[in-house]
Amino acid sequence: MARFTLRVNGSSHQVDAPPDMPLLWVLRDLLGLTGTKYGCGVSQCGACTVHMGGNAVRSCVTPVSAVGRAEVVTIEGLSADGSHSVQKAWVEEEVPQCGYCQPGQIMSAAALLARTSSPTDDDIDQAMSGNLCRCGTYDRIRKAIHRAAGGAAREG
Amino acid sequence: MEREPEVRPLVPDIDRQVVADATRVFKLERRDFVKLGAMAGGGLVLGVAFPRGLRAWERGADGDGAGRDGADADAPALNAFVQVATDGGVTIWMARAEMGQGVLTALPMLVAEELDADWDSVRIQQAGADPHKYGRQTTVGSSSVRNGAWLHLRKAGAAARAMLVAAAAKRWGVPAGECAASKGRVTHAGSGRSAGYGELAEEAARLAVPADPKLKSPSAFTLIGTSPARRDTPAKVRGTADYGADVRVEGMLQATVVHPPRFGDSVGSFDASKAMAVPGVRKVVPISAGLAVVADHTWAAFRGAEALRVTWKDGGFGKDSKAIAAELDGLLEGPEAAVARNDGDVAGALSSGAHRAGGRYVTPYLAHATMEPMVTTARVEKGRCEVWASTQNPQGAQRVAADVTGLDVSNVDVHVTFVGCGWGRRGSVDYVRDAVETAKAVGAPVQLVWTREEDMRHDEYRPISHYRMQGAVDAKGRLSALDARVAAPPIGVQDGRGRAGEVNRSAVDGIANSAYSIPNLRVDYRYSGIPVPTGYWRSVGPSQNTWVMESFVDELAHAAGRDPVEFRLALLDGEPRVKRVLEMAAERAGWGKPLPAGRARGVALVRDKGGRVAEIAEVSSENGQPRVHRVTVVADCGIVVHPNIVESQYAGSVIAGLAAALYGKITLREGSVVQGNFGGYPLLRMDEAPAVDVHIVDSREDPGGVGEPALPPAAPALTNAWFALTGTRVRELPMVPQA
Repeated sequence: MARFTLRVNGSSHQVDAPPDMPLLWVLRDLLGLTGTKYGCGVSQCGACTVHMGGNAVRSCVTPVSAVGRAEVVTIEGLSADGSHSVQKAWVEEEVPQCGYCQPGQIMSAAALLARTSSPTDDDIDQAMSGNLCRCGTYDRIRKAIHRAAGGAAREG
Repeated sequence: MEREPEVRPLVPDIDRQVVADATRVFKLERRDFVKLGAMAGGGLVLGVAFPRGLRAWERGADGDGAGRDGADADAPALNAFVQVATDGGVTIWMARAEMGQGVLTALPMLVAEELDADWDSVRIQQAGADPHKYGRQTTVGSSSVRNGAWLHLRKAGAAARAMLVAAAAKRWGVPAGECAASKGRVTHAGSGRSAGYGELAEEAARLAVPADPKLKSPSAFTLIGTSPARRDTPAKVRGTADYGADVRVEGMLQATVVHPPRFGDSVGSFDASKAMAVPGVRKVVPISAGLAVVADHTWAAFRGAEALRVTWKDGGFGKDSKAIAAELDGLLEGPEAAVARNDGDVAGALSSGAHRAGGRYVTPYLAHATMEPMVTTARVEKGRCEVWASTQNPQGAQRVAADVTGLDVSNVDVHVTFVGCGWGRRGSVDYVRDAVETAKAVGAPVQLVWTREEDMRHDEYRPISHYRMQGAVDAKGRLSALDARVAAPPIGVQDGRGRAGEVNRSAVDGIANSAYSIPNLRVDYRYSGIPVPTGYWRSVGPSQNTWVMESFVDELAHAAGRDPVEFRLALLDGEPRVKRVLEMAAERAGWGKPLPAGRARGVALVRDKGGRVAEIAEVSSENGQPRVHRVTVVADCGIVVHPNIVESQYAGSVIAGLAAALYGKITLREGSVVQGNFGGYPLLRMDEAPAVDVHIVDSREDPGGVGEPALPPAAPALTNAWFALTGTRVRELPMVPQA
């Protein structure tokens, strides 16, 4: 056990955790932030995606000891009220079906748009292919990313 | 009139008129409000009584007696409730599980349409398990709208509307016929008076319920057929939608389960010392399924599970996939067969056919691989049990909890969470039992989460199926004979279901009752008792049988030198709605028109669960492997309640069908499942997902199923395109087996 001070969604949190405990379980079980999901535990599905220092990372394979002073943002911290452009685009395109993978999808998309404001389809393929969706919402995810980037929103 | 299928569908269609005539709407008295719970605001509360004598069709998902969900046949059959509160708010109880298919939005729309409610004032309450209030609640078979709800939810809304209008007419001393209702208000044009539903609710509650409230004709619909925002979307994009593992109960411990790796084995002895040494692990508990590791947090439970040392007691099943395949092939050639269908003279027509084809087809075991692994939270204390479950079967969860605790079901409360994909897996309640047994053993609330590996290795798999297909085309180029043998374990083999000599309907569903008119048709079923657990997998029998049927029909078309679309159209004179979707799909996909070099199209169709779907896939080869560029879907599912949801269900079904066709395979080594995660059992990813062009046929027929029927044609559309492209006929799935 060790004590870690984490920056999560803009606040500081102290947690006592084994150093190898993945950030996913620190968020879910120690901090009560259940928006980030467990899907595979081995970085194969992307359901656990959060931002760490602005980058999309798989929290299921990120030991808490590796977080350091990096700012962690989860789906709960992306916006206070669902007003992030990606979340709005997700609502407008009615992306989710079961919705379980969508926090991870949204975090991956938000990280993509933060560094590439007008991504191409290839950019989207690259950034999003680590996020599985069992419901098969890929077509709408793609549309929503383009909408959030401004293209579809301007069209209508 | 459509031909009655010889083999009844898994969830039988109902005689809607008989049910409509017998369904009764009744008023709840105040004391009953309380029983329903959360009935603040009083006002008018109506329930719908479903006629008990007509419930046989609704009882079992599989239509054979009580069914696997084991719903209580004697329970009074109330199915739906609607409250118009004095504040004008309308509450509709939703007794099905929201697993992405949109019932949280679509079912209340049925009530609101006939009620002429203001949609924005409609609140939706997720119902807990209660057979006495809701009748059967299992969410399976693409049945939530088409069976029952389409009638009884609308009837509830129509009755409430009629009572509110009557109350207004009485208050104003005008004939009810002069009053109109719209968006939660009754108005009387002659006098210019108007009143909101909330103001009228108490007066309406004192009136008699109309015996036969009039339903709108589809042309009068203003809400049905539109796509209001899904009610579940805002929470799902903010991370606030609670799934099974997001439940938080005071004092709750986290747990996970370790099953015997090999089916049929059990715990012999175990050494928990290393598991207990993991910081945070509290206890290791033997449960029916294996061992539960209980800890302060999930990570400790998972690590504790890895550290357990168990000696398993040999159950005697040590087969691998090769031996299972050999066993099924043997059955195909053996004498033991149950005949599902035998029309005309198949042997004669086969031998006199102008063109013949034949071959062995194979489909593998498939895991459900829902994104949310199996999970339940349970609390057992003070003579009550409370369960929070991500389940398609809340009443099954209630019964298993009662069984474990010895409590009466009336002392078991089941809360249904959002379901992170159902796919049929969550119709079973094995994982609910795990949590309740563990909570009971440790005397504290427990949330038990399966690891992905346990989820994949202890699923109830889509049954493996082997087929021997023979067919002939006559001199006129028409399919004249089909002889199909199917060897497969039945669904529920682990529960002793099915036996040799008895047709297993889902094993032949989609072949014995395809949409085609085939004058000489023989289909038989050969039972296998291989003890790998089997279950319902999205679209069930047709998910694999349609692939075989549509591949083989394609083979016969090519054997006769016929165009695959033309060949099929000639067999569909008895199925005008199926014929239409095929014609439209051909038109929209540009069937017959030239494609860029290196691309080819394939076609397939299905009539399943009240839906009729044709799909055309456009495919190329990249490094010798298939790449799907576009899939055109044309579907007729009757009246569409919410077009946006229907479109998303179809597009997703195609992705699911392609994932299975390309990669899906569960293999066994010495009685254990090899694949444990998405590396060995890949799903389709963003960069592989084709564009899906969905077109929904305008129809005035009653609604058909939506969540499943677009899945079966995707695989054969792909493999038929692959044949057109390469000349290679795919006879075994998946196309791209994993190492």
